[in-house]
Amino acid sequence: MINASLKELASALDSKKISSLELTDLFLGRIAQHNPLINAFVTVDEEKSRAAAKAADAIRAAGNAGPLTGVPIAHKDIFCQDGWRTTCGSRMLENFIAPYNATVVERCNQAGLVPLGKVNMDEFAMGSSNETSYYGPVRNPWDTDRVPGGSSGGSAAAVAARLAPAATGTDTGGSIRQPAALCGLTGLKPSYGTVSRWGMIAFASSLDQAGPMARSAEDCGLLLNAFAGFDAKDSTSLERDNEDYTRSLYQPLKGLRIGLPKEFFGTDGDAATMAAIEAALAEYRKLGAETVEVSLPSISQSVSAYYVIAPAEASSNLSRFDGVRYGYRAPEYTDLNDMYAKSRAQGFGEEVKRRILIGTYVLSHGYYDAYYLQAQRIRRLIASDFDAAFKQCDVIASPTTPGTAFKFGEKSGDPVQMYLSDIYTIGVNLAGIPALSHPCGEINGLPTGMQLIGPYFSEHRLLNVTHQYQQVTDWHRRMPTAFA
Amino acid sequence: MTWEVVIGIETHAQLATQSKIFSGASTAFGAEPNAQTSLIDLAMPGVLPVVNREAVGCAIRFGLAVGSKIDQHSIFARKNYFYPDLPKGYQISQFENPVVVGGQIVLQLGQGDDLVEKVVNLTRAHMEEDAGKSLHEDFQGRTGVDLNRAGTPLLEIVTEPEMRSSAEAVAYARALHSLVRWIGICDGNMQEGSFRCDANVSVRKPGQPFGTRREIKNLNSFRFMQQAIDYEVQWQINELEEGRAIQQATVLFDPDTGETRAMRSKEDAQDYRYFPDPDLLPIAISDEWIDRVRGEMPELPQAMRERFQALGLSAYDAAAVTASLEIARYYESALKVAGNAQAKVAANWIMGDFSARLNREGLDIEAAPVTPEQLGGLIARIADQTISNAIGKKVFDALWQGQGKSADEIIEAQGLKQITDTGAIEALVDEVLAANPGNVAEFKAGKEKALNALVGQIMKAAKGKANPQQVNDLLKKKLS
Repeated sequence: MINASLKELASALDSKKISSLELTDLFLGRIAQHNPLINAFVTVDEEKSRAAAKAADAIRAAGNAGPLTGVPIAHKDIFCQDGWRTTCGSRMLENFIAPYNATVVERCNQAGLVPLGKVNMDEFAMGSSNETSYYGPVRNPWDTDRVPGGSSGGSAAAVAARLAPAATGTDTGGSIRQPAALCGLTGLKPSYGTVSRWGMIAFASSLDQAGPMARSAEDCGLLLNAFAGFDAKDSTSLERDNEDYTRSLYQPLKGLRIGLPKEFFGTDGDAATMAAIEAALAEYRKLGAETVEVSLPSISQSVSAYYVIAPAEASSNLSRFDGVRYGYRAPEYTDLNDMYAKSRAQGFGEEVKRRILIGTYVLSHGYYDAYYLQAQRIRRLIASDFDAAFKQCDVIASPTTPGTAFKFGEKSGDPVQMYLSDIYTIGVNLAGIPALSHPCGEINGLPTGMQLIGPYFSEHRLLNVTHQYQQVTDWHRRMPTAFA
Repeated sequence: MTWEVVIGIETHAQLATQSKIFSGASTAFGAEPNAQTSLIDLAMPGVLPVVNREAVGCAIRFGLAVGSKIDQHSIFARKNYFYPDLPKGYQISQFENPVVVGGQIVLQLGQGDDLVEKVVNLTRAHMEEDAGKSLHEDFQGRTGVDLNRAGTPLLEIVTEPEMRSSAEAVAYARALHSLVRWIGICDGNMQEGSFRCDANVSVRKPGQPFGTRREIKNLNSFRFMQQAIDYEVQWQINELEEGRAIQQATVLFDPDTGETRAMRSKEDAQDYRYFPDPDLLPIAISDEWIDRVRGEMPELPQAMRERFQALGLSAYDAAAVTASLEIARYYESALKVAGNAQAKVAANWIMGDFSARLNREGLDIEAAPVTPEQLGGLIARIADQTISNAIGKKVFDALWQGQGKSADEIIEAQGLKQITDTGAIEALVDEVLAANPGNVAEFKAGKEKALNALVGQIMKAAKGKANPQQVNDLLKKKLS
């Protein structure tokens, strides 16, 4: 049961092989058993989960089940969940009980998905290794000496270790795709505006996007069906008709044009990673796809532009954490300014403070044009690079990460090194387009992922391409043996 | 050489919307602290703003009323600073692309025949949210925060530095105050802070570049505005004449001392780190939207004044009956019944007896017991000589007391109809002449005043109802 797809779980529930309560208890039991080692869950509330499972069973018994009713899910601790502690990986929100549901959570609830708990993350989603969480790092189930990636590292580790069949994640610069790659999962960052940001604690508003993290493209499509779609509470939500993201899963790949950016397929890529990518491309060719070289001339600027825009927005978004109305307040202070300074100095971790400082700097009078406006110009160039590339191809392929999961401490001492590991994923957020990562090999026993990028609103196509690949490969079925 | 005063005004007008600019919470004044706060106003983690289209409509309405350019893709920006009553740590405002660009306010200066018009050019008007309120007095050693006002929609209206005296500044503020109420975008309640002005004041020698300005914050009455500017101007002149330079600063006016006092200097000025709010898209304003707002716009005071002047009102009278939309509407309704030929008479009534009565009883025009139709009917009866002007005042009083539904009804019921029957008047004249030989003799001896005494006697005998003109004519004929 722990290896079953979401469709299989729904079918087992439907045929009464198992109840949602039993299924929920199964995963809660695994969390109790394994979480102390991998630290994926920050908050578990068995009573709430079991109540939701019972409610789902009742809905199914009444004949009103939807495609995912009764299936358990883990929510990244960035989503406000009514009555649940919602920490965003920060000391700042250690005791914050959310008074409302994020739209993603609300829609999952409405779909009958059973919440298993809140999963760990880099503090305020700022990090690529989960080492910045106030609640301690998450360990990669494939090798517990290594990071699971970030910031949705708890989501990835929970699903990889089979502590949850699926999870929600968020992706600002790769935070779904990178941990998916490092933990052997399939994770999708949808087009900006596809999934409501209401109730998702903001890191960088113009880049943040929630998405599914699961084991297969099919699972991701089913989850996206549950929580994507227009939401009037988010002004950047796109007013489009709801769509079935699984509608194209079975479309053959004959004639598919896969673009390979020459900037990503040069000589400086990691050899083992590139070999895995080449092997995956060979599979795709067998399925009828062809590959074409494309160019993204401005992509090398993406990390620089991102690390101006994202901190700028973050510095402002995180101003509300001031110790006045909720969240951490320093126990002692002399006056108002001292209260702000101490509460924020003690409530935020080092990486968050670093980015607030960078962001404050680039927005400052006299620097705004040189940094913020210049970064916005690069952002537009990158978006037009992708537009031009998609005139020659249907999807773009690349590695998701420069290498497999790294060891704790390996990069955390050097922020720039850490930032550079986002090179393949960041441009996608700047352009607002969808991309996913799917497993495509193993290197020294560690999973590696391939990124597929598509034009705006091509989620169904990316899922189709991946699903076809997953029909002829089994990388996505592999699991870390210690958690079998 | 004397000093020239240079004043620019920034006004925060609270927009008369039902709900806040980015949340559904009510904007009503006076609720329990924090009772009117949504998750958005409290800046809970994860919440997002959604712009209230009603507020945008108000901004468009203002822009059209002052002849501005409406930016059809204006942008909300974040103004970043920390303060306990600013829950997000930034205020959503507009910076580089405000919704209203340019425009003009026409104001009247002077009185009566000395009235002159002056055009004040607007720089811009932009939408923003208000902050909450810090309550320093209510708690010992602590500060309370009330976020009811947080997120209330404001339109900040900024002029060019074109006013040259405190009188001009006040005239501008009054004209703007009247206009925003006229077009229904702001209730103008200055006590509740719905309309508050900041005045940027500097002085210079004529022909020289602008001097360094100081900004007087939060002027919430026209009287204080005048006092504050007068004090500030004199203070700046004294400083300069004593050889000290003016430092750019923000100052507060203390009504108790009548003085302005520096709150913070330029060195303390914050860097607000404005940038476009990524949570909000540019405000798309279609041509259709603008046309719809234009269609709903009441006739503007300037147009109305010109129309009334064409009916024969002086510029001063026309300005007086268009001092507010309520007065103008009242005037126009009264005129509809009285007839356009009575434009001047109707204006006199409204500015005279009617306003005096309202003032005496402390009533707003909406609460006046005499409807404009009733007043118009009364004026018509004076015009057609059914009653005299003096009787008219009696009828007005009776209408005010609710003694009848119309002037006609009161005239009928109380027998006030003017006596115009020549025979009847002649009888009265003869009677009075016979009874007052002394006056007759005096008149014949050349004392014109004696005639007035005789007229008085006749009117008294007629209980005021005799047509005064006829009485005069008959009397003169009989005495000649």
